[in-house]
Amino acid sequence: MECVFGLVGKDFAIVVADSSAVHSILVHKTNEDKIMLLDSHKLMGASGETGDRAQFTEYIQKNVALYQFRNGIPLTTAATANFTRGELATALRKNPYMVNIILAGYDKEGPSLYFVDYIASLHKLDKAAFGYGSYFALSMMDRHYHRDMTVEEAVNLVDKVIMEIRSRLVVAPPNFVIKIVDKDGAREYAWRESIKDAPVIAS
Amino acid sequence: MARYDRAITVFSPDGHLFQVEYALEAVRKGNAAVGVRGTDTIVLAVEKKSTPKLQDSRSVRKIVNLDNHIALACAGLKADARVLINRARIECQSHKLTVEDPVTVEYITRYIAGLQQKYTQSGAWKANATGRNSNSIREFLEKNYKETCGQETVKLAMRALLEVVESGGKNLEVAVMTKDHGLRQLEEAEIDAIVAEIEAEKAAAEAAKKAPPKET
Repeated sequence: MECVFGLVGKDFAIVVADSSAVHSILVHKTNEDKIMLLDSHKLMGASGETGDRAQFTEYIQKNVALYQFRNGIPLTTAATANFTRGELATALRKNPYMVNIILAGYDKEGPSLYFVDYIASLHKLDKAAFGYGSYFALSMMDRHYHRDMTVEEAVNLVDKVIMEIRSRLVVAPPNFVIKIVDKDGAREYAWRESIKDAPVIAS
Repeated sequence: MARYDRAITVFSPDGHLFQVEYALEAVRKGNAAVGVRGTDTIVLAVEKKSTPKLQDSRSVRKIVNLDNHIALACAGLKADARVLINRARIECQSHKLTVEDPVTVEYITRYIAGLQQKYTQSGAWKANATGRNSNSIREFLEKNYKETCGQETVKLAMRALLEVVESGGKNLEVAVMTKDHGLRQLEEAEIDAIVAEIEAEKAAAEAAKKAPPKET
Protein backbone atom coordinates (compact mmCIF):
# COMPACT_ATOMS: atom_id res chain seq x y z
CA MET A 1 0.00 0.00 0.00
CA GLU A 2 3.07 2.24 0.15
CA CYS A 3 3.55 4.63 -2.65
CA VAL A 4 6.59 6.59 -3.84
CA PHE A 5 6.81 8.52 -7.08
CA GLY A 6 8.87 11.28 -8.64
CA LEU A 7 9.42 13.40 -11.71
CA VAL A 8 11.97 15.73 -13.25
CA GLY A 9 11.08 19.34 -14.07
CA LYS A 10 12.89 22.24 -15.70
CA ASP A 11 15.67 22.75 -13.14
CA PHE A 12 14.48 20.56 -10.33
CA ALA A 13 13.28 17.11 -9.41
CA ILE A 14 10.41 16.20 -7.11
CA VAL A 15 9.94 13.07 -5.02
CA VAL A 16 6.66 12.26 -3.28
CA ALA A 17 6.04 9.51 -0.75
CA ASP A 18 3.11 8.43 1.37
CA SER A 19 3.69 8.78 5.09
CA SER A 20 1.89 5.86 6.67
CA ALA A 21 3.79 3.37 8.81
CA VAL A 22 1.72 0.18 8.80
CA HIS A 23 2.10 -3.16 10.58
CA SER A 24 -0.45 -5.77 9.51
CA ILE A 25 -3.82 -4.09 10.15
CA LEU A 26 -2.45 -1.41 12.45
CA VAL A 27 -1.39 2.09 11.36
CA HIS A 28 1.47 3.05 13.68
CA LYS A 29 1.69 6.63 12.46
CA THR A 30 0.61 8.75 9.52
CA ASN A 31 3.55 11.17 9.40
CA GLU A 32 6.48 8.86 8.72
CA ASP A 33 9.09 10.58 6.52
CA LYS A 34 10.20 8.11 3.86
CA ILE A 35 12.28 10.54 1.82
CA MET A 36 15.80 10.85 3.18
CA LEU A 37 18.14 13.76 2.45
CA LEU A 38 21.35 12.00 1.41
CA ASP A 39 23.29 15.24 1.26
CA SER A 40 22.68 18.86 0.39
CA HIS A 41 21.53 18.05 -3.15
CA LYS A 42 20.14 14.51 -3.11
CA LEU A 43 16.85 12.95 -2.12
CA MET A 44 16.19 9.25 -1.65
CA GLY A 45 12.56 8.18 -1.41
CA ALA A 46 12.18 4.56 -0.37
CA SER A 47 9.31 2.11 0.04
CA GLY A 48 9.29 -1.45 1.28
CA GLU A 49 10.07 -3.37 4.45
CA THR A 50 10.22 -0.75 7.25
CA GLY A 51 13.42 -1.97 8.89
CA ASP A 52 15.23 -2.46 5.61
CA ARG A 53 14.10 0.95 4.39
CA ALA A 54 15.54 2.81 7.39
CA GLN A 55 18.69 0.71 7.58
CA PHE A 56 19.53 0.78 3.91
CA THR A 57 18.87 4.48 3.27
CA GLU A 58 20.86 5.48 6.36
CA TYR A 59 23.73 3.25 5.22
CA ILE A 60 23.75 4.91 1.79
CA GLN A 61 23.55 8.35 3.41
CA LYS A 62 26.59 7.70 5.64
CA ASN A 63 28.60 6.35 2.70
CA VAL A 64 27.73 9.41 0.62
CA ALA A 65 28.94 11.60 3.50
CA LEU A 66 32.15 9.56 3.85
CA TYR A 67 32.92 9.97 0.15
CA GLN A 68 32.58 13.74 0.51
CA PHE A 69 34.94 13.89 3.51
CA ARG A 70 37.49 11.67 1.83
CA ASN A 71 37.51 13.42 -1.52
CA GLY A 72 36.45 16.98 -0.78
CA ILE A 73 33.70 16.91 -3.40
CA PRO A 74 30.25 15.30 -3.32
CA LEU A 75 29.23 12.23 -5.32
CA THR A 76 27.29 12.89 -8.52
CA THR A 77 23.69 11.67 -8.63
CA ALA A 78 24.61 9.04 -11.20
CA ALA A 79 27.46 7.74 -9.06
CA THR A 80 25.20 7.57 -6.02
CA ALA A 81 22.56 5.66 -7.99
CA ASN A 82 25.11 3.17 -9.23
CA PHE A 83 26.60 2.76 -5.76
CA THR A 84 23.11 2.12 -4.34
CA ARG A 85 22.33 -0.42 -7.04
CA GLY A 86 25.66 -2.12 -6.41
CA GLU A 87 24.93 -2.50 -2.69
CA LEU A 88 21.48 -3.96 -3.43
CA ALA A 89 22.93 -6.33 -6.01
CA THR A 90 25.68 -7.55 -3.66
CA ALA A 91 23.17 -8.30 -0.92
CA LEU A 92 20.62 -9.79 -3.29
CA ARG A 93 21.65 -13.43 -3.35
CA LYS A 94 22.38 -13.69 0.36
CA ASN A 95 20.34 -11.23 2.33
CA PRO A 96 18.23 -9.06 0.04
CA TYR A 97 17.06 -5.62 1.09
CA MET A 98 13.32 -5.34 0.38
CA VAL A 99 13.49 -1.67 -0.55
CA ASN A 100 12.43 0.18 -3.69
CA ILE A 101 14.13 3.50 -4.24
CA ILE A 102 13.54 6.69 -6.16
CA LEU A 103 16.71 8.77 -6.11
CA ALA A 104 16.61 12.41 -7.21
CA GLY A 105 19.53 14.79 -7.28
CA TYR A 106 20.89 18.03 -8.68
CA ASP A 107 24.52 18.20 -9.81
CA LYS A 108 26.48 19.77 -12.66
CA GLU A 109 24.45 17.63 -15.08
CA GLY A 110 21.31 19.32 -13.79
CA PRO A 111 18.38 17.53 -12.16
CA SER A 112 18.07 13.76 -12.55
CA LEU A 113 15.91 10.89 -11.31
CA TYR A 114 16.83 7.24 -10.86
CA PHE A 115 14.59 4.23 -10.34
CA VAL A 116 16.22 1.41 -8.33
CA ASP A 117 14.05 -1.53 -7.39
CA TYR A 118 14.60 -4.20 -4.75
CA ILE A 119 16.21 -6.66 -7.16
CA ALA A 120 18.69 -3.98 -8.16
CA SER A 121 17.38 -2.81 -11.50
CA LEU A 122 18.57 0.71 -12.30
CA HIS A 123 16.92 3.11 -14.71
CA LYS A 124 17.47 6.81 -15.30
CA LEU A 125 14.03 8.27 -15.95
CA ASP A 126 11.97 11.45 -16.19
CA LYS A 127 9.16 9.98 -14.12
CA ALA A 128 8.88 6.87 -11.97
CA ALA A 129 6.64 5.28 -9.35
CA PHE A 130 6.50 2.32 -6.94
CA GLY A 131 3.71 0.52 -5.14
CA TYR A 132 0.04 -0.06 -5.92
CA GLY A 133 -0.25 3.70 -6.31
CA SER A 134 2.09 3.44 -9.28
CA TYR A 135 -0.77 2.19 -11.46
CA PHE A 136 -2.49 5.52 -10.97
CA ALA A 137 0.66 7.66 -10.74
CA LEU A 138 2.15 6.40 -13.99
CA SER A 139 -1.15 6.77 -15.86
CA MET A 140 -1.64 10.34 -14.65
CA MET A 141 1.97 11.26 -15.34
CA ASP A 142 1.92 9.65 -18.80
CA ARG A 143 -1.13 11.77 -19.58
CA HIS A 144 -0.04 15.13 -18.15
CA TYR A 145 3.76 15.14 -17.92
CA HIS A 146 5.83 17.10 -20.40
CA ARG A 147 9.47 18.11 -20.37
CA ASP A 148 10.59 21.30 -18.61
CA MET A 149 7.60 21.66 -16.32
CA THR A 150 7.69 24.53 -13.86
CA VAL A 151 7.42 23.90 -10.12
CA GLU A 152 3.74 25.00 -10.14
CA GLU A 153 2.88 22.65 -13.02
CA ALA A 154 4.76 19.78 -11.39
CA VAL A 155 3.08 20.25 -8.02
CA ASN A 156 -0.31 20.44 -9.77
CA LEU A 157 0.44 17.10 -11.41
CA VAL A 158 1.56 15.68 -8.06
CA ASP A 159 -1.73 16.81 -6.50
CA LYS A 160 -3.69 15.19 -9.35
CA VAL A 161 -1.82 11.93 -8.72
CA ILE A 162 -2.46 12.09 -4.99
CA MET A 163 -6.16 12.70 -5.64
CA GLU A 164 -6.34 9.63 -7.90
CA ILE A 165 -4.59 7.47 -5.31
CA ARG A 166 -6.85 8.68 -2.52
CA SER A 167 -10.04 8.13 -4.47
CA ARG A 168 -9.27 4.95 -6.42
CA LEU A 169 -6.94 2.85 -4.25
CA VAL A 170 -8.62 0.73 -1.60
CA VAL A 171 -6.81 1.31 1.74
CA ALA A 172 -5.13 4.35 0.25
CA PRO A 173 -2.53 6.14 2.38
CA PRO A 174 -4.08 9.38 3.64
CA ASN A 175 -1.00 11.59 3.91
CA PHE A 176 1.92 12.41 1.62
CA VAL A 177 5.16 14.33 1.86
CA ILE A 178 6.59 16.22 -1.11
CA LYS A 179 10.28 17.04 -1.32
CA ILE A 180 12.11 18.98 -4.00
CA VAL A 181 15.75 19.29 -5.08
CA ASP A 182 17.15 22.09 -7.24
CA LYS A 183 20.31 24.16 -7.51
CA ASP A 184 19.64 25.59 -4.04
CA GLY A 185 19.57 22.17 -2.47
CA ALA A 186 17.21 19.47 -1.32
CA ARG A 187 14.39 20.36 1.03
CA GLU A 188 10.89 19.52 2.13
CA TYR A 189 8.34 21.25 -0.07
CA ALA A 190 4.98 20.41 1.50
CA TRP A 191 2.80 17.84 3.23
CA ARG A 192 -0.59 16.78 1.91
CA GLU A 193 -2.50 15.61 4.94
CA SER A 194 -6.07 14.41 5.06
CA ILE A 195 -5.64 12.85 8.50
CA LYS A 196 -3.65 14.48 11.29
CA ASP A 197 -2.42 12.26 14.14
CA ALA A 198 -4.84 12.99 16.97
CA PRO A 199 -3.31 14.91 19.89
CA VAL A 200 -3.33 13.22 23.30
CA ILE A 201 -6.51 14.14 25.19
CA ALA A 202 -5.79 15.40 28.73
CA SER A 203 -7.86 13.56 31.33
CA MET B 1 71.71 -0.67 20.85
CA ALA B 2 70.90 -0.63 17.16
CA ARG B 3 69.83 -4.28 17.29
CA TYR B 4 66.80 -3.36 19.41
CA ASP B 5 65.17 -0.91 17.05
CA ARG B 6 64.18 -3.14 14.16
CA ALA B 7 60.68 -3.96 15.28
CA ILE B 8 58.11 -1.99 17.26
CA THR B 9 57.55 -4.90 19.61
CA VAL B 10 61.15 -5.26 20.74
CA PHE B 11 62.28 -3.78 24.06
CA SER B 12 65.85 -2.65 24.44
CA PRO B 13 67.71 -3.93 27.56
CA ASP B 14 67.13 -0.60 29.33
CA GLY B 15 63.40 -0.67 28.65
CA HIS B 16 63.10 1.58 25.61
CA LEU B 17 60.81 0.96 22.69
CA PHE B 18 62.99 2.60 20.08
CA GLN B 19 60.43 2.64 17.29
CA VAL B 20 58.01 4.59 19.46
CA GLU B 21 60.73 7.08 20.39
CA TYR B 22 61.79 7.47 16.76
CA ALA B 23 58.14 8.17 15.89
CA LEU B 24 57.95 10.84 18.61
CA GLU B 25 61.12 12.34 17.19
CA ALA B 26 59.51 12.48 13.74
CA VAL B 27 56.61 14.43 15.25
CA ARG B 28 59.02 16.82 16.95
CA LYS B 29 60.60 17.51 13.58
CA GLY B 30 57.22 18.01 11.93
CA ASN B 31 55.55 21.32 11.12
CA ALA B 32 54.38 23.34 14.09
CA ALA B 33 50.65 23.04 14.69
CA VAL B 34 48.55 25.06 17.13
CA GLY B 35 44.99 24.75 18.39
CA VAL B 36 43.13 27.35 20.48
CA ARG B 37 39.64 27.13 21.94
CA GLY B 38 37.60 30.32 22.37
CA THR B 39 34.12 30.77 23.78
CA ASP B 40 32.42 30.32 20.40
CA THR B 41 35.24 29.52 18.03
CA ILE B 42 38.00 26.96 17.66
CA VAL B 43 41.07 27.77 15.58
CA LEU B 44 43.66 25.42 14.12
CA ALA B 45 46.79 26.85 12.56
CA VAL B 46 49.62 24.88 10.95
CA GLU B 47 52.99 25.92 9.63
CA LYS B 48 53.17 25.45 5.89
CA LYS B 49 56.50 24.58 4.34
CA SER B 50 56.99 26.59 1.15
CA THR B 51 55.18 24.80 -1.66
CA PRO B 52 56.81 24.65 -5.08
CA LYS B 53 55.50 27.41 -7.36
CA LEU B 54 54.00 24.92 -9.81
CA GLN B 55 52.12 22.99 -7.12
CA ASP B 56 48.55 23.96 -6.44
CA SER B 57 48.89 24.99 -2.79
CA ARG B 58 45.26 24.17 -2.14
CA SER B 59 45.91 20.50 -2.81
CA VAL B 60 48.26 20.14 0.17
CA ARG B 61 45.92 20.39 3.12
CA LYS B 62 47.25 19.90 6.64
CA ILE B 63 43.95 20.68 8.35
CA VAL B 64 41.18 18.25 7.44
CA ASN B 65 37.55 17.60 8.25
CA LEU B 66 36.76 14.38 10.04
CA ASP B 67 33.06 15.19 10.22
CA ASN B 68 30.88 18.30 10.05
CA HIS B 69 31.83 19.27 13.57
CA ILE B 70 35.37 17.91 13.95
CA ALA B 71 38.63 18.97 12.32
CA LEU B 72 42.15 17.66 12.71
CA ALA B 73 45.57 19.27 12.28
CA CYS B 74 48.64 17.06 12.32
CA ALA B 75 52.40 17.13 12.58
CA GLY B 76 54.74 14.34 11.53
CA LEU B 77 54.60 11.85 8.70
CA LYS B 78 51.72 12.91 6.46
CA ALA B 79 51.37 9.49 4.87
CA ASP B 80 50.72 7.94 8.27
CA ALA B 81 48.33 10.78 9.05
CA ARG B 82 46.33 10.00 5.91
CA VAL B 83 45.79 6.41 7.03
CA LEU B 84 44.61 7.49 10.48
CA ILE B 85 42.40 10.22 9.07
CA ASN B 86 40.70 7.75 6.74
CA ARG B 87 40.01 5.33 9.61
CA ALA B 88 38.74 8.20 11.78
CA ARG B 89 36.40 9.40 9.03
CA ILE B 90 34.94 5.93 8.65
CA GLU B 91 34.48 5.70 12.41
CA CYS B 92 32.68 9.06 12.49
CA GLN B 93 30.09 7.82 9.97
CA SER B 94 29.89 4.35 11.50
CA HIS B 95 29.20 5.85 14.94
CA LYS B 96 26.41 8.00 13.48
CA LEU B 97 24.95 4.94 11.76
CA THR B 98 24.85 2.77 14.87
CA VAL B 99 23.91 5.27 17.59
CA GLU B 100 22.33 8.07 15.51
CA ASP B 101 24.54 10.66 17.25
CA PRO B 102 27.70 12.36 15.96
CA VAL B 103 30.93 11.42 17.74
CA THR B 104 32.17 13.56 20.59
CA VAL B 105 35.67 15.02 20.28
CA GLU B 106 36.71 12.84 23.22
CA TYR B 107 35.39 9.67 21.59
CA ILE B 108 37.17 10.17 18.28
CA THR B 109 40.40 11.20 20.04
CA ARG B 110 40.30 7.98 22.05
CA TYR B 111 39.60 6.04 18.87
CA ILE B 112 42.57 7.54 17.01
CA ALA B 113 44.82 7.03 20.02
CA GLY B 114 43.65 3.43 20.14
CA LEU B 115 44.73 3.02 16.54
CA GLN B 116 48.11 4.40 17.45
CA GLN B 117 48.28 2.26 20.59
CA LYS B 118 49.29 5.34 22.46
CA TYR B 119 47.45 5.83 25.72
CA THR B 120 49.10 9.12 26.55
CA GLN B 121 46.53 11.23 24.70
CA SER B 122 44.82 13.80 26.87
CA GLY B 123 41.75 15.88 26.36
CA ALA B 124 40.02 19.12 27.28
CA TRP B 125 42.81 21.51 26.35
CA LYS B 126 42.13 25.24 26.16
CA ALA B 127 45.09 25.57 23.81
CA ASN B 128 47.89 23.27 22.77
CA ALA B 129 50.64 22.83 20.23
CA THR B 130 52.54 19.98 18.63
CA GLY B 131 55.36 19.58 16.15
CA ARG B 132 58.44 21.74 15.80
CA ASN B 133 59.14 24.07 18.75
CA SER B 134 55.88 23.11 20.39
CA ASN B 135 57.40 23.88 23.80
CA SER B 136 57.99 27.53 22.87
CA ILE B 137 54.50 27.83 21.48
CA ARG B 138 53.01 26.27 24.59
CA GLU B 139 55.00 28.69 26.77
CA PHE B 140 53.65 31.62 24.76
CA LEU B 141 50.10 30.30 25.12
CA GLU B 142 50.49 29.80 28.86
CA LYS B 143 51.60 33.41 29.20
CA ASN B 144 49.08 34.94 26.86
CA TYR B 145 45.99 32.73 26.93
CA LYS B 146 42.73 34.34 27.88
CA GLU B 147 39.11 33.53 27.01
CA THR B 148 38.49 34.99 23.56
CA CYS B 149 35.82 34.77 20.93
CA GLY B 150 35.56 35.13 17.18
CA GLN B 151 38.40 36.97 15.48
CA GLU B 152 40.38 37.38 18.72
CA THR B 153 40.72 33.60 18.96
CA VAL B 154 42.07 33.51 15.42
CA LYS B 155 44.59 36.24 16.24
CA LEU B 156 45.71 34.42 19.39
CA ALA B 157 46.31 31.17 17.51
CA MET B 158 48.20 32.96 14.76
CA ARG B 159 50.25 35.03 17.18
CA ALA B 160 51.27 31.81 18.91
CA LEU B 161 52.31 30.17 15.67
CA LEU B 162 54.15 33.29 14.45
CA GLU B 163 56.47 32.96 17.45
CA VAL B 164 58.19 30.10 15.68
CA VAL B 165 57.22 30.42 12.04
CA GLU B 166 58.63 32.87 9.55
CA SER B 167 56.02 35.54 9.12
CA GLY B 168 53.73 35.69 6.12
CA GLY B 169 50.52 34.17 4.81
CA LYS B 170 52.46 31.81 2.58
CA ASN B 171 53.76 29.95 5.59
CA LEU B 172 50.56 29.49 7.51
CA GLU B 173 47.48 27.42 7.03
CA VAL B 174 44.56 28.46 9.25
CA ALA B 175 41.13 26.94 9.73
CA VAL B 176 38.32 28.26 11.90
CA MET B 177 35.47 26.16 13.27
CA THR B 178 32.24 27.70 14.51
CA LYS B 179 28.83 26.26 15.30
CA ASP B 180 27.10 28.04 12.43
CA HIS B 181 29.66 27.75 9.67
CA GLY B 182 31.45 24.48 10.48
CA LEU B 183 35.06 24.35 9.36
CA ARG B 184 36.30 27.19 7.19
CA GLN B 185 39.79 27.39 5.70
CA LEU B 186 41.06 30.97 5.53
CA GLU B 187 42.27 32.30 2.18
CA GLU B 188 45.89 33.42 1.86
CA ALA B 189 44.73 37.03 1.51
CA GLU B 190 42.73 36.81 4.75
CA ILE B 191 45.72 35.32 6.57
CA ASP B 192 47.98 38.09 5.26
CA ALA B 193 45.50 40.71 6.44
CA ILE B 194 45.39 39.28 9.97
CA VAL B 195 49.19 38.95 10.05
CA ALA B 196 49.40 42.63 9.12
CA GLU B 197 47.00 43.48 11.98
CA ILE B 198 49.10 41.45 14.41
CA GLU B 199 52.31 43.15 13.28
CA ALA B 200 50.67 46.57 13.61
CA GLU B 201 49.49 45.72 17.13
CA LYS B 202 52.98 44.54 18.02
CA ALA B 203 54.51 47.75 16.66
CA ALA B 204 51.98 49.86 18.58
CA ALA B 205 52.77 47.96 21.78
CA GLU B 206 56.51 48.51 21.25
CA ALA B 207 55.94 52.22 20.63
CA ALA B 208 53.74 52.51 23.74
CA LYS B 209 56.54 50.95 25.81
CA LYS B 210 58.98 53.59 24.59
CA ALA B 211 56.57 56.59 24.78
CA PRO B 212 55.64 57.03 28.53
CA PRO B 213 59.06 58.29 29.75
CA LYS B 214 58.42 61.44 27.67
CA GLU B 215 55.34 62.43 29.73
CA THR B 216 56.02 64.79 32.58
